[in-house]
Parts: sequence; structure tokens; C-alpha cells
Amino acid sequence: MRRAIVTTTATAAGVVLLLSLKPHGGQSASAQAPVISSGSDTSSTSGTSDTGGTGSAGNGDASSTTAPSAAPSGKAGGSSSSTSKSSSYTGQAVDTRYGPVQVRIDVSGGKISKIDVLQYPDGMQRDQDINSYALPVLNQEALSAQSAQIDAVSGATYTSDGYTQSLQSALDQAGLK
Amino acid sequence: MITRHAEQVMGTVFSFVVRDPSPAVDEALHAAVARLHAIDARFSPYRADSEVSRIAHGESELADASPELAEVLERCAEIEALTDGWFSPYPEGRLDPSGWVKGWAVEQVCALLCEAGSTEHCVNGGGDVQSVGGPWRIGVADPFRPGALAAVLAGRDLVVATSGTAERGAHILDPRTGEAPTGLLSLTLVSSGPARLARTDACATAAFAMGAEQGLAWTGRQPDLEALAILPDPALPKRATSGFLRYAV
Repeated sequence: MRRAIVTTTATAAGVVLLLSLKPHGGQSASAQAPVISSGSDTSSTSGTSDTGGTGSAGNGDASSTTAPSAAPSGKAGGSSSSTSKSSSYTGQAVDTRYGPVQVRIDVSGGKISKIDVLQYPDGMQRDQDINSYALPVLNQEALSAQSAQIDAVSGATYTSDGYTQSLQSALDQAGLK
Repeated sequence: MITRHAEQVMGTVFSFVVRDPSPAVDEALHAAVARLHAIDARFSPYRADSEVSRIAHGESELADASPELAEVLERCAEIEALTDGWFSPYPEGRLDPSGWVKGWAVEQVCALLCEAGSTEHCVNGGGDVQSVGGPWRIGVADPFRPGALAAVLAGRDLVVATSGTAERGAHILDPRTGEAPTGLLSLTLVSSGPARLARTDACATAAFAMGAEQGLAWTGRQPDLEALAILPDPALPKRATSGFLRYAV
């Protein structure tokens, strides 16, 4: 088992992204996992949350400067230009048993606004035994609808009745007001 | 200025966001809504008088299918071959191409909006999303926490489809692995390449049916698709294909 930890230079260590590689059909995720932790201030900025979707999530203006994380990067290696209000931190490449893994995070307003995987093992797509990551922890703070500035929600198909209680419904109502 | 619209159709709700509205685009939105209802009238397995139902019930012959249905069935056959039979337009033995039709309907809405000049819109067909332009930010619903998100994906021209059975409840665990037999609560496929929603959605259906291990392995072999798998136990880590984090915020 090899394990390595990289801590970026972001401010307070609050949010931890665990990125672990798991062999196909393996045992627990942590068994062979290299762990990359990215520190960041997690101070909450989101507002009230009663119906889960009103407020900032509903304005749909995700392309504005409030959401630098939405930069159009479709490629892991494609460098993206951060806006002036955000800072980027690039972790050291971690040599895992499957190859080098390196991530970069953008921090905006004290929160992780974007995570880029700059390097990941080339052979992974071809190696049928190593075909997926385990993602034990995602940035929960970023995942509240209020702070996530989302435009739409994907999920298992809802019925018309189920829609009325869905986050998508809240988004639509916020936008239709 | 942003136009939003939600339309109840096909047993679910379609939601539209248009960031570049214009009179022509608004007109196209109305035409798109009418188109969705027309698709439902022909393809719904829940309407006794739909073409699909008449064929499913033996009241009409497949050989006499409309050109539109015939083309849908051709596309379904392609996905069936691509997924080694895990996707089928006969999911319960009877004709029901819904697994293709909903995503295909969203594609047609986007095409109508594009023809009218829109380059910035996002259409959600009951949980399956196709976006044009962007960047867009698409949340993935957390099946364990209604109203919360399991992930946020960002990018241009994002296509996101999720299959799942959040209603299924407790699972029997395999004592050898500690995992549920199929091991999946939901499976989300994402693409920003040439794959469009109908294909992505149908592949999500197939990969979900395969279960966690095989579904992730299969998706990993598709060059233009990445997957996020949410396992039936909240204590288990989410899993994803190797390129998934390109999209994750």
C-alpha cells in the first residue's frame, strides 16, 4: 500500500478532497488509496435555505464573475484563466501505483470554486482492472444548491408529482418569479 | 434577461432556461413545447391511442410503423448493440422505446431553439439535461438527501443523464463484498463531446442495469462518457470513472 498526501497552500484547511484510486472489484476504497487533500477556508457564505433553491441559485447567472468555477474547461490538462478574484493552487504530482495524479484547485471568496485534475494515469481508460475512482468526500459546502449556482438538476426521472418537491422545481420557481 | 419555462409532459416536467431570448427564440420555445406534446402522443406507452401502445397491444403492425417510429427503433437497435443488450426498446417484453425517446425529445427542443438563433440554452427533461453554449453548472441530485446535490458539474455543451431507483429502499447486501447485489442507487453519465442526450440517457439506463462494477467498467471504455456512481449505502464512497473529475466542480 502506498499513500501520499499533498496539501496545497490554500488558507485554512477545512475542506478535504479525497481522491482515491480503487482497483476493479477491490476491497475498501482506502486500501490502496493515495490521498490528495486540498485545504481551503470553508466559511459559509450561503444565505437562508428553506425551499432549497431560491436566492442565488435561481438567478441563473452562472456565467458572471460570481462563478469563476464555471470556466469552460472540458479537458483535464487545459489551463483555464482564473478571474482576478480567485487564486489557483497546484498540488504536487503524486506518484501513485497507477501513475501520476495532480490536481489544481481554484479558491474564490475563501471557497474552492473549481478542481482540475491536471494529470491522471493515462492507462486508466485502457486498463479494465483499474477503471474508476472512489470519491469518498466531495466538497459538501459547495454542494448546497444555494452556493452552487446551478442551472439545472440531473437525477432519476421524477414524476409530475415528484417534480413539485424537486430542486429543479425550486430553481424554476425562483426563475419564474 | 433569462427566459425560464416548465412544461408538464411525458409524465414528467421539462424545464427550459434560455439565456439569449429573442422574439424568434420565444416563438421556437412555443413550437418546442408543442413538439413535446406531439412526441408524447405518438410514443407514450401510457396512452392507449399512441402508436407505440397500438403496436405493443397488437392492434397495429410494426411493419406499418411511421417513419418517425421506425427511425427511433433503428437508433434503439444501435444502442442495444453498443450496450450488449443491456438497453432494449422492449424493456418488459413489450415495445416501449421511452428510454430513447425522452432524451431524443430534449435534443429536438434544443435543435428548434438553435434554429431560431439561440446559442445559450439548457433543457432538462425530467432529470436528463442537455445544454448548449455555457458554461453551465448542472447539479446531480443526491438520492440520500432530497433537495441536496451529490455533485456539481460545469462546462460547455454539457449533457448529463441519470438513472436510478431512489424509491427502492433497503437492499440485501452480498456478504462477501458488503455491497448490494447491483450496488447502485444512481448512475450519472456526463459528456461534453459529440454524444447527445438520447444516446447518453440510453447508455445511463444500460450501465445502471449492469450494476456498479460492470457499469463503471463499461462506461470507462466509452471515449466520450464519464460516470458518477452513487452506491446504496451512504457510508460507501461515491465512485467515478477516471475522467469524471474533469467536470466536477
